[in-house]
Amino acid sequence: MTFLSFNHHKDLPLDKDPGTRFLPWLIAFMVYLAALAVIATSIMQSISARWEMGVSDTLTVQIPPQKGMQQDQKQIEASLEILRAHPAVVLAAPVGKARVLELLEPWLGDAASLSDMPLPHLIDVTVRQDVPMDGQALIEQLNKVAPGATLDDHRVWLDRLIQMSRTLEWGAYLVLGLIATVSIGTVFFVTKTGLAIHHDVIEVLHLIGAQDSYIARQFAEHALYMGFRGGLLGLAVAGPTFGGFAYLYHQVDRALLPQIDITALQWVAVLSLPFLSALMGYLTARSAVLNSLKKMI
Amino acid sequence: MVIVKLENVGLRYGVGPEILRDVSLTLEEGSFHFLTGPSGAGKSSLLKLMYLANRPTRGLISLFGSDIATTDRTKLPALRREVGVVFQEFRLLDHLSTFDNVALPMRVANVHEKDIKKHVTELLAWVGLKDHMGARPTTLSGGQQQRVALARAVITRPRLLLADEPTGNVDDKLAVRLLHLLEELNKLGTTIVMATHNEGLVRQFGHPRICIDGGRVEQMGPLRGPRRGNVRMEGKIS
Repeated sequence: MTFLSFNHHKDLPLDKDPGTRFLPWLIAFMVYLAALAVIATSIMQSISARWEMGVSDTLTVQIPPQKGMQQDQKQIEASLEILRAHPAVVLAAPVGKARVLELLEPWLGDAASLSDMPLPHLIDVTVRQDVPMDGQALIEQLNKVAPGATLDDHRVWLDRLIQMSRTLEWGAYLVLGLIATVSIGTVFFVTKTGLAIHHDVIEVLHLIGAQDSYIARQFAEHALYMGFRGGLLGLAVAGPTFGGFAYLYHQVDRALLPQIDITALQWVAVLSLPFLSALMGYLTARSAVLNSLKKMI
Repeated sequence: MVIVKLENVGLRYGVGPEILRDVSLTLEEGSFHFLTGPSGAGKSSLLKLMYLANRPTRGLISLFGSDIATTDRTKLPALRREVGVVFQEFRLLDHLSTFDNVALPMRVANVHEKDIKKHVTELLAWVGLKDHMGARPTTLSGGQQQRVALARAVITRPRLLLADEPTGNVDDKLAVRLLHLLEELNKLGTTIVMATHNEGLVRQFGHPRICIDGGRVEQMGPLRGPRRGNVRMEGKIS
């Protein structure tokens, strides 16, 4: 990794340290994981938002199929009448058979082979959030005109999904925190090792009048370059991984998972990881060296 | 002007015995002293106190009029830049070229690269190493390393030059040449303290001596010849 070299006078031969060889690779790995965690967090946020927006104010009524089409139609119309009369209902519309077959396709296969199967009739119901609704009373009313009708309140499972999504989101934040901690710890110990290895040179620099900041700057700049190189490498590897995930996601997207929108800010967060890892390296190394040098007279 | 002043200075490392005991001395500006004494007497320890590598365990040290005990730590580097040191074994940085070794004190002092190039080139020519500017110290002879170490010590024109047995690893001819270089610097106003075991040099050059034995100042004045410089010593004489 010889790219990104800067023309500086380096009094300390830090490039040849054993720690220097593995540090960029380790940071690359950490940035790779961090990029995945940032993207995972973004996906979780996006999914939560979509679910919340799209499903939180909807219900589905299922009416089991009867012996004849006419009877089914009667039950559907009677149910629609009850639903539309309810003050909490904004919209009640039957779901066409083609759409039902489309929804079942991922689980039961080709729609053509399902066309003869008796399928329940579905009614999509949009409700007002601000008007209370007694689900039990409504289902009792519906059962009078359509025996066996059920009401799926999406809010129950939606709450669970959102809860799970938020837990995963916090898990991703925790992973990011751990990655940052491990990275800081690694840079700290590599710097401490460097201080021990170059103790004699540092002592000479100190005795000829170098300020602590002069010595610390050399370690800090070195860590900055290592952090940036590692960050770029990690990001370069993360790119194809995102591509692979996106491809796999789109294979199941339409049927099961909502569309994911990663905002510009989230992309900026991912692209800033090399800069953040460089900054983290710089500040950690500088702080470690300054603290150590304080012990010298 | 007083360059270095030690008053009742004592030094011990950890819980060990006192290396230096009740050392009191004053070095005037422009003086030249040999620091003599047997091995383990405390010569290097005394020099380390003067170039601020160690703090005394007791007593007072002042450098260029600043009391070291009360001087803020952030101001010590500026004082160190006024002190040139030729370390025992030279302590050159093997990974740097001769040029970069000599340039080090100027870089530390944030001098512009253009000025560094000019001064280092001139100084290396003065010590006869103009043709070895790119050489690494490990490829140089003992005498050449000694001159690089001297050049590094004087590149910033320090007011005080401390040399810790710089002639220890070179033959007499080179040692005499080094002494002549030091005398030239002394004539330019640099105060010099040179630790040595070489009694021949001390006799030949006849500068006043700071003699240490068992951590105490033992003797003063030149071994032979006219006294140059001015030293007052109040340490216990055994």
